[in-house]
Amino acid sequence: MTYVEFENVCVDFAIYNASGRSLKKRLMQVATGGQIGADNDGRVVVRALENLNFRLNDGDRVGLLGHNGAGKSTLLRLLCGVYEPSSGVARIAGEIGSLIDISLGIDPEASGRENIYIRGALLGISRAEMNRRIDEIIEFSELGDFIDMPVRTYSTGMHLRLAFSVSTVVRPEILLMDEWLSVGDEGFKHRAEERMTELVKATNILVLASHSRELVLHTCNRVIWLEHGKIRMDGDPNIVTDAYFGMGAASNG
Amino acid sequence: MLKQLISPAATALADIFAGARRYSLAAMLGWQDVRQRYRRSALGPLWLTISMGVMIGTIGMVFGSIFKTPLFDFLPFLSVGIIFWGFISSVLTESCTGFIAAEGIIKQLPIPLFVHILRMMWRNVLILAHNFIIFPLVLLAVGRPLHLTMLVAIAGFGLQLVNLLWLALLFALVCARYRDLTQIVTSALQVVFYLTPIVWLPKALPSRSALLLLNLNPVYHLLEIVRAPLLGELPSLVNWAYAGGLAAVGWSITIIVYGRYKRRVAYWL
Repeated sequence: MTYVEFENVCVDFAIYNASGRSLKKRLMQVATGGQIGADNDGRVVVRALENLNFRLNDGDRVGLLGHNGAGKSTLLRLLCGVYEPSSGVARIAGEIGSLIDISLGIDPEASGRENIYIRGALLGISRAEMNRRIDEIIEFSELGDFIDMPVRTYSTGMHLRLAFSVSTVVRPEILLMDEWLSVGDEGFKHRAEERMTELVKATNILVLASHSRELVLHTCNRVIWLEHGKIRMDGDPNIVTDAYFGMGAASNG
Repeated sequence: MLKQLISPAATALADIFAGARRYSLAAMLGWQDVRQRYRRSALGPLWLTISMGVMIGTIGMVFGSIFKTPLFDFLPFLSVGIIFWGFISSVLTESCTGFIAAEGIIKQLPIPLFVHILRMMWRNVLILAHNFIIFPLVLLAVGRPLHLTMLVAIAGFGLQLVNLLWLALLFALVCARYRDLTQIVTSALQVVFYLTPIVWLPKALPSRSALLLLNLNPVYHLLEIVRAPLLGELPSLVNWAYAGGLAAVGWSITIIVYGRYKRRVAYWL
């Protein structure tokens, strides 16, 4: 049973200014009875997410809408388990896979083949499993003999093709994405699209942050609209996108 | 009260064991770090070994004649001291950036944080293995035979690692929050280098009070449990007890503190 349940989840970021990060200042403050530190210790707290309550069930394809800074990335990081809520409870049942930064951990000096193993290990795929799948990954990436060359010799497109080929090997129960992945030239794009569709089909819950109306309408069966860290609307894609994009159009025009 | 201790301890232990289970990832990343030093360099990390060897030779000549100790005794003592001090000090320095350097991974993937400590440790163990080549060469040069007691050094090294692991985890955690601790650790290590018998012999200490000071120095004991057996002597019971006690107390404190603040690390970075 795969589900995600958020109960009054808040995320606060404490902004440490230079003095807050310095142990010396801290000690001096204690020594001087907090006199000097009084104005420096104004710890600013940014509330990135406030009182989120929702439940995602099996089969949900959730689109996350919201302007920059609305809390989409923070929410994705919470779902991913990187952040823990400052208060409230986040219950996540199911194996999580993230396609947010697919180039993470790629070492430009290592060869493409080595990077496939590194990236695989970061994603939690065992070495035996990687050995079994490496040919398929190399074939998909269409890198040919370049696979044994250092990644720094790759073009940007080749680099992305490599990252994409490894990262989409996983079949997680909960899949997190920030915009649809689209890489490579025409030929590759087509196969990448196929693989993405297949990946999304195989996953139990999809959470996709996006700014594209077409994408959200095409992929999702539920949309959550975040505004200033709060849920503004949560429901049917047509209704929520109409409200979200309609509002944008109204304010633009 | 008890509950306040148990729940952070459970969080910390869960992360540490989960990290230990991902040892293959830590090993791969640590190995990758060492390989990076080999790229486009024929000798790679062996350059460090060479400079360390030259340093040992020079200090050995100078201090050996100052202390009027025959090189047969002094050079092996000095080389083990420098090799393992190099290991301890680079582990402690790098532990300060243990989490900071892994920011990219920590903010993207839910990998147990202890993996980053293990990676740093493994990288340094591999570099230690490079530097350790100096020791048999020194033995050969001064004509000192191998001894069965040397095997005890493996146990000593194990206990040294157990201690370094908690220190590294604690430093990585505190440094993620207070960035200038890195500077403090670097300068403190320099002081410790002179306080610890590495280039000078403990028997050169004049008074009993100085000996007392020596026995309070944790690094002395951590070094001695490896160095004494490699020089053919057994470490004293005090050495073992101090190192063992330090591990027990250190890990208890670290587990509580780590469990309490682990969830904040991603926010601090």
